[in-house]
Amino acid sequence: MIFSESDTIYYALTIPLLGALGIALAGRWPNIRETVTLTTAVAVAIVVWSLIPTLQAGGRPELHFGEMLPGLEIAFKVEPLGMLFGALASGLWIVNSVYSIGYMRGNNEKNQTRFYICFAIAISAAIGVAFSANLLTLFIFYEVLTISTYPLVAHKGDEATVRSARVYMGILLGTSIGLFLPAMIWTYSVAGTLSFTPGGILEGKIAEPLVGILLLLFAFGIGKAALMPIHRWLPAAMVAPTPVSALLHAVAVVKAGVFTITKVFVYIFGIDFLFNQPSHRIIVWVACFTIVVSSFIALRQTNLKRLLAYSTIGQLSYVVLAASILKPLSEVGASMHMMAHAFGKITLFFAAGAIYVASKKTEITDMLGIGRRMPWTMAAFSIGALSMIGVPPTGGFISKWYILGGAIQDDNYLALATLVASTLLNAAYFLPFIFAAFLYKEDVKPVNEHGEAPWPMVAALTFTALLTFAFFIFHQPIADLEAQILVK
Amino acid sequence: MTLYDQLPALVVAVLLFTAPIAYMLRMHGFPWAAATAAVVTSFIVACSLAATAIGGETIIYEMGGWPAPYGIVLHIDALSALMAMLITGASSAALIFGAKSLADEVGEETAPAFFAAWLLCTAGLVGMVITGDAFNIFVFMEISSLSTYVLISAGPDRRALISTYRYIVMGTVGATFYLIGVGFLYMVTGTLNTADLGARVGQVEDIRLVLVAAGFVSVGLAVKAAVFPLHSWMPNAYTFAPNAVTVFIAAASTKVSLYVLIRVDYAIFQNSIANHEVQLTLFLVPLGVMALFAGSLLAIYEKNLKRLLAYSSVSQIGYIALGIAMTSVAGLTGAIVHMFNHGLIKGGMFMAVACLALRYRTVNVANLAGAGKAMPWTMAAFVMGGLGLIGVPLTPGFISKWYLVLAALEKGWLGALLVAVILISSLLAVIYVWKVIEVAYFREPRANAVPVTEEAPMVMLIPTWIVVLTGIWFALDTSVSVGLASIAAKTLLGVAL
Repeated sequence: MIFSESDTIYYALTIPLLGALGIALAGRWPNIRETVTLTTAVAVAIVVWSLIPTLQAGGRPELHFGEMLPGLEIAFKVEPLGMLFGALASGLWIVNSVYSIGYMRGNNEKNQTRFYICFAIAISAAIGVAFSANLLTLFIFYEVLTISTYPLVAHKGDEATVRSARVYMGILLGTSIGLFLPAMIWTYSVAGTLSFTPGGILEGKIAEPLVGILLLLFAFGIGKAALMPIHRWLPAAMVAPTPVSALLHAVAVVKAGVFTITKVFVYIFGIDFLFNQPSHRIIVWVACFTIVVSSFIALRQTNLKRLLAYSTIGQLSYVVLAASILKPLSEVGASMHMMAHAFGKITLFFAAGAIYVASKKTEITDMLGIGRRMPWTMAAFSIGALSMIGVPPTGGFISKWYILGGAIQDDNYLALATLVASTLLNAAYFLPFIFAAFLYKEDVKPVNEHGEAPWPMVAALTFTALLTFAFFIFHQPIADLEAQILVK
Repeated sequence: MTLYDQLPALVVAVLLFTAPIAYMLRMHGFPWAAATAAVVTSFIVACSLAATAIGGETIIYEMGGWPAPYGIVLHIDALSALMAMLITGASSAALIFGAKSLADEVGEETAPAFFAAWLLCTAGLVGMVITGDAFNIFVFMEISSLSTYVLISAGPDRRALISTYRYIVMGTVGATFYLIGVGFLYMVTGTLNTADLGARVGQVEDIRLVLVAAGFVSVGLAVKAAVFPLHSWMPNAYTFAPNAVTVFIAAASTKVSLYVLIRVDYAIFQNSIANHEVQLTLFLVPLGVMALFAGSLLAIYEKNLKRLLAYSSVSQIGYIALGIAMTSVAGLTGAIVHMFNHGLIKGGMFMAVACLALRYRTVNVANLAGAGKAMPWTMAAFVMGGLGLIGVPLTPGFISKWYLVLAALEKGWLGALLVAVILISSLLAVIYVWKVIEVAYFREPRANAVPVTEEAPMVMLIPTWIVVLTGIWFALDTSVSVGLASIAAKTLLGVAL
């Protein structure tokens, strides 16, 4: 390798920021600006991915920036969970950029330069979250991610959008400062450190019922994981342009939430310690509740993007549920599901955006027969939906397999029943729409005769749909890598 | 004795001696230049004192060679040094920043007197933090107060005069209370040296007079520090003062009274009155909590941007009061570091407001629509400051909040309640900061508004951004700010360094 590994971490964090600067400078020439975005995205992905072999060999590259507070460093340390999230975010940024170019131009959006700048900053923040060596560093990037995505959500700038963006910002900032921050300071005051340590740092430092309170502070403080009742920001953020929704749901934001929760369970509490505390069951209940209730709400949605938003809320709770079962298989399942869901959900959002750009339709009830006009888009949509349901040969099947395995190890019948029920409910809200889109006759005439959306969008969504299959086939190395997180 | 040994005296003397010179320089621009040169010199001296203090060393300088407790001594420890840096730093930044805006707001004719008053004000504030004599603190307090009245009344709006008048009344009450308290202490101990007082008050048999003294001193200082509900002089004083003056006094002046409160309560009363920490807690915690809520709520409903920030200061002073009231190393560290950090944050924000005022000719929040586009650098500085008030990481406000929450968590269940209060008030800060950001970034200017297309001039933007970047620096590298504050807290509480 040309660079040392800590240099690589440094570049992974700074290249997107340099990209943002380049985008700002090239703002007046859209073609150059988009070239900068794409080049940066590819460069970041190469840099981040170059760390994978080291990780597989058991290496843990580190980078230290120095102390912020006595005993508390700004530091980075790549471990398998963070590697997966970092690789995912940087990889999907490329696809998302290609798609964004099609969408933003196809829709003649204003303020495109601001859009690409904030996007690049958000990616840098996501990589910062992924590679953090301690909770404080993670928290900093978590907040940067919230703030940098606010202009993206509020992109349209009209009254209603700004109001929704305010809900987004208010809930995420509010929970993180109101619950996550005290949880972190509390952890520090009892454990004397915030470093992510295999096996956790809290064992023997804190007892019930305080463990339960701390656990709840973390679970609800990490609002990006969208556990009910902290989920309202996600449907509110649906006012954003579709590439932003894809960023929120698949690439960075919600993934940062469930990633942080998993990381806190594994490296702060330690799964063995937490497993012996009765209060971890509370999180299992909350996650199960969220999965079932969000599916019922999704059933009643007629707006496609809102339906997808509630689907995401349920799918995120899969990850939280998997993490809170606290069994080896389910922890691996949690990380696998982050990836599987990312590929499936980005495809679904790309398809929803493509439909909007081509036909200006947002309501499911208007989309009868749209599969005939947009066969590629709807085929990809179907694959994404199958992955959500968990049908082989899509990625969702693999992760569900691991989660179920963990639930059986634990004899956790509540989790088993919830997973089965959720599969049925997912099928109930996706399949009728897909059938209608392909088999029914068009009943609402579109404003103009349209076919597929611009080609960059179609290319992007076809690619991500293929990724869902690829994940089904080639998941083994990833599972092996993630199994390392359980080694103390 | 070399010049180096005289540094402690120099930090004030430079300012005091330049004041009459500035007054006599009648040429255009000269008073400003003289004042700036003196204040910057004083700042450099303060930094070098801080470099000594960070080693945990206390500098005792005997004025005129008279030893304590007979003569007056300057007593410079970590706390004094940090405050001296804040005051002279804020004064320098405000002067450099205000070169243009002050020339606008203060007439050519009054400029010499104005800048002389500025120097006296800075000298008074610095004097308060470095002297080791309780009466001397009063003298410097009066020097700074009287000159602050002059500075505020120089505001272009005629309402500045009424604001000044209210400030004079309240300020005099506060200073007099302080003096009465010190008088009582002198009566029972026969000394005015703070260190000596700390040793002797404990030996007094009739404790009642000491308690009365403590009450007068604490309330008097609370008035000067604008601790809620004794803050009523502050919002209008900030609003109608010339913009650069607001920058200076918002960053430094109330903090100095809080400094004296800490000094008197910890160095004199803490060791000598039984259960003093309980009294301090009962006095300051309710006031602090009320300040947090009342200040934030008033800010949320305020339409004038300068007054909004003033109310925000009321609530931020609540944080400091809470930190002082916790009587623990973490709490006191949090309080002290927040005095410094809040000075940086508010100073930067008032600079941004001054830039806006220059172009928009108004500081009504509603009229600032579109400022995000018209003045991107100014608004970005404002946003950075706002995030600091909320306490978002990478801003200095986060550091202070960290210590305050840490201190509250040490207090058990009652502490958990305080944590909740601190965090809820942070969320209220989100509301009043975001209110401004949304108008500036997401609302289109009114059709009949005079369009603003020009960014603030470089002479204002550069100092603003230096302050903002300094803030970010102190959020990342806390070795100086937290370093000095924790040494100060440990010294005051008598904990080994």
